[in-house]
Amino acid sequence: MEKRFIYADNAATTQVSEEVLSAMLPYFRTAYGNASSIYKLGRDAQRDVEAAREKVAAALGAKPSEIFFTSCGSESDNWAIKGTAEAMAKRGKKHIITSVFEHHAVLHTCEYLEKHGYEVTYVPVNDKGLIDPEDIRKAIREDTALVTIMFANNEIGTIQPIAEIAAICRENKVLFHTDAVQAVGHVDIDVNAMGIDMLSLSGHKIHAQKGIGALYIRRGINLPNLIHGGGQERGKRAGTENVPAIVGLGVAIEAATRNIAEKNAAIVPRRNRLIDGILKIPRTRLNGDRDKRLPGNLNISIEGIEGESLLLMLDMNGICASSGSACTSGSLDPSHVLLSIGLKHEIAHGSLRLSIEDDVTDEDVDYILEVLPGIVERLRSMSPVWEKIMKGEDYQ
Amino acid sequence: MLYSEKVLDHFSNPRNVGEIEDADGIGEVGNAKCGDIMKMYLKIDKGIISDVKFKTYGCGAAVATSSMATELIKGKPVEDALKLTNQAVVEALDGLPQVKIHCSVLAEQAIKSALSDYYTRQGIDPLPIVGEIKEPEE
Repeated sequence: MEKRFIYADNAATTQVSEEVLSAMLPYFRTAYGNASSIYKLGRDAQRDVEAAREKVAAALGAKPSEIFFTSCGSESDNWAIKGTAEAMAKRGKKHIITSVFEHHAVLHTCEYLEKHGYEVTYVPVNDKGLIDPEDIRKAIREDTALVTIMFANNEIGTIQPIAEIAAICRENKVLFHTDAVQAVGHVDIDVNAMGIDMLSLSGHKIHAQKGIGALYIRRGINLPNLIHGGGQERGKRAGTENVPAIVGLGVAIEAATRNIAEKNAAIVPRRNRLIDGILKIPRTRLNGDRDKRLPGNLNISIEGIEGESLLLMLDMNGICASSGSACTSGSLDPSHVLLSIGLKHEIAHGSLRLSIEDDVTDEDVDYILEVLPGIVERLRSMSPVWEKIMKGEDYQ
Repeated sequence: MLYSEKVLDHFSNPRNVGEIEDADGIGEVGNAKCGDIMKMYLKIDKGIISDVKFKTYGCGAAVATSSMATELIKGKPVEDALKLTNQAVVEALDGLPQVKIHCSVLAEQAIKSALSDYYTRQGIDPLPIVGEIKEPEE
């Protein structure tokens, strides 16, 4: 079988689309004005920034004045959480609710706040990788300032009951933020219909460039300014606008949310074929709920092998993938997400995440399903853990 | 993770993979919980390591360090194998990323563990010769 190149790690980052790139290019050499300048070159830049803001707002069902451009999803998360914490502390509310399997941009921000006098409740997830909204209800207290729950998990792709959680927050007059970095462009989102107060998104996950993100902040919520300086982003986040990146994000989010159902109709059958094909390998398991998950995501644990070795072998065969093993995170512990759904360390080390989009063809799926079992067999043949599994010995 | 060409070579074409049925010493270090296990088999004839094989569960660096460690001791006197350090393995591989240095330590320990087993089988207390086998911290 001829070697192919297959990019199956779109949850890590995506390729900038031709549409986005060509929309951005004029802003480097021709329309390079500072959006704050009074002359036409500057006014044009400002006009195009505002047009991009309208596109981001439209994609979320929000108003343009509720969209603030940031440099990335992590910045948006930090601003929403620390900003809310600071603002609500003045009203004596210093309690935050999140989940155990959030992205580190949320978890580490919460841990930072814990060191500064805030209390954080981490609600659990079940073995399917889903949060029970009732756990949020039970965790809410008089002094709860914020609930922050990710829209879809970045590793196992599970989609959370966001509207239900938001409704519970609203009932209890608690602000609700969601990190939707993985969900935007793959799931229909309407901040008003879903009752979302704040939402983080990132450009490079939806075919815009790296270094651009946005935070939706519902009108009426007054977060402290993130960067002090000029009047950009209505004075809340100073710094000269990254005009090309902002324009690119506008084009990207419009394209990503244009025909979600149609794209998913192409992706889901291929993703399912990958799941079923890989699960034919003995001693494998799918991590996360099979149905309530992002269309292109699969996460499978393969016993007896370690994730980084698997990724290196896949790479040698032209396949870009990801894993939750310790060795890919630079620590001894495997992914906190896989541990949170009850996987043992030794099972979590051998996990494989593929995140495909509609550019992955049926032939690509065939190729992955042809190449992967051989790699697994090769790694297992040299694995003392696999040897123990085959002998029925305890290897933990 | 930036691996040297040599690490990638030893990972993709590991030397001396397998088992020795009538091994004179077998050592195993690491644990699956941490994501690394190395198992070493030694065949020793008249004080010379005539054959060595390994099996490893772990990352690219774990496989590469096991492979390189076996290369460095194969055909050598036992005394040389006792002196093998993790630094020597790292150098032979043209370096390892800092977070992967523990893999080279594991490779050194795996060989020492197999040598301990060899001495024990001879009825010799291995501790004064081989020293203590340090298990990596969990």
